[in-house]
Amino acid sequence: MSSKILVSTRKGLFTLAPTSDPALPWHIAKVDFLGDPLNLALRDPRDGALYAVLNLGHFGTKLRRSDDEGATWTELAVPEFPEGCTLYANGFAAPTDVRSKERPATLMEIWSLEPGGPDESGVLWAGTIPGGLFRSDDRGASWRLIRSLWDRPERAKWFGGGKDEAGIHSICVDPRDARHVSVAISCGGAWTSRDGGDTWTNVSQGMRAAYMPPDLAYDLDAQDPHRMVQCPSSPDHYWIQHHNGIFHTSNDCALWEESTDVAPANFGFAVAVHPHDPKTAWFVPGVKDERRVPVDAKLVVTRTSDGGRTFETLANGLPQDHAYDIVFRHALAVDETGERLVFGSTTGGVWTTADGGEHWHALPARLPPVYAVCFA
Amino acid sequence: MPRIVFTPHLQRHLSCPPQSVSAGTVREALEQVFLANEPLRGYIVDERFRLRKHVVIFVDNQPITDREGLSDAVGPTSEIYVLQALSGG
Repeated sequence: MSSKILVSTRKGLFTLAPTSDPALPWHIAKVDFLGDPLNLALRDPRDGALYAVLNLGHFGTKLRRSDDEGATWTELAVPEFPEGCTLYANGFAAPTDVRSKERPATLMEIWSLEPGGPDESGVLWAGTIPGGLFRSDDRGASWRLIRSLWDRPERAKWFGGGKDEAGIHSICVDPRDARHVSVAISCGGAWTSRDGGDTWTNVSQGMRAAYMPPDLAYDLDAQDPHRMVQCPSSPDHYWIQHHNGIFHTSNDCALWEESTDVAPANFGFAVAVHPHDPKTAWFVPGVKDERRVPVDAKLVVTRTSDGGRTFETLANGLPQDHAYDIVFRHALAVDETGERLVFGSTTGGVWTTADGGEHWHALPARLPPVYAVCFA
Repeated sequence: MPRIVFTPHLQRHLSCPPQSVSAGTVREALEQVFLANEPLRGYIVDERFRLRKHVVIFVDNQPITDREGLSDAVGPTSEIYVLQALSGG
């Protein structure tokens, strides 16, 4: 069972370790990269290595790996766009905006990082802003752009969601077949490859974009999945927290079904799926879209246990008075048992549960804004 | 020979001591430094060798004007300072 939690923040990487006190079950055991913004961190389950994605304000995105539990970190290569890769002119940008013209593509951020399959030692996948998917076969020593996705003509329709350019924030490697890789793009929908990345299909059928003109609401390339996760034990089941709703597929992305009547709100960024029960998933809702704060300033988690037909509101241990925490897309995680969860907020709160969300415990610390969490 | 100096903020991430270079332009100076210190490249320029948005370079106390081509001239006794721009936070 995972023995640590990695909390990536605006000002460093915080490693949490368990305590013997049931009232305060986790404490901060280690701080790395103090002062540096971290987009995310990752434990590679195949070799135990830790990876950290830094997004330095002046000096760009960096990738570091530790093979000794964070005692030392090695700088790795970052994905780079080859010569000739361009960003399309943005038709919505003002003529004075640099985005109004076609221009060279360069790495802005690493927005997702996932290990390849269990039988693919050394393989890593990285999703970037702008919307590139990269693969490393050597534990991050080198990267290559997956041109087959980058060169899809539909990329001309992708656009940034909360960022200047579209980006790939979710990568799901099918535990049954590592050549089956699915990604989600803000904004560009969900895409899947069944041949290790050689060919790609948009698999956003059923998603609805309320922010588009009505006739374009079901445009596959206009969808804004905020986060996509795949159930490890039932890999035909995926969940998406979308910009304007919650979507679930039980048929390997052939068709997504929208959950309706989701209280207190269907807006949010994060989703976690139970590793052994594909019909159970957790979300952290907020007031859509113009405000992005918890409904009635009460921080809650919602959980469905029936595939998205009904939702419970879980609030035991969470602040219910003047709470303005928002949970970003990588800042909610569940462990391999499905009982322990953790989430971190934009205002630096971290909460954990050991019973699937029935009771939550606040980490007794005010951290910098939290961008990502994971069990490690 | 021109001398190039990097912001001490970088020292937290990697070693880049001041050094003398044989160069006629800022780009040539950086290329020479990166030849011996490849990891530094990605901290200063992007993959198109354009100066990062939040990095500034001064040559003899004047900010360079060609951030994309780095063609600004460097004289035999020039001092080149590579600094963080406060726009980057």
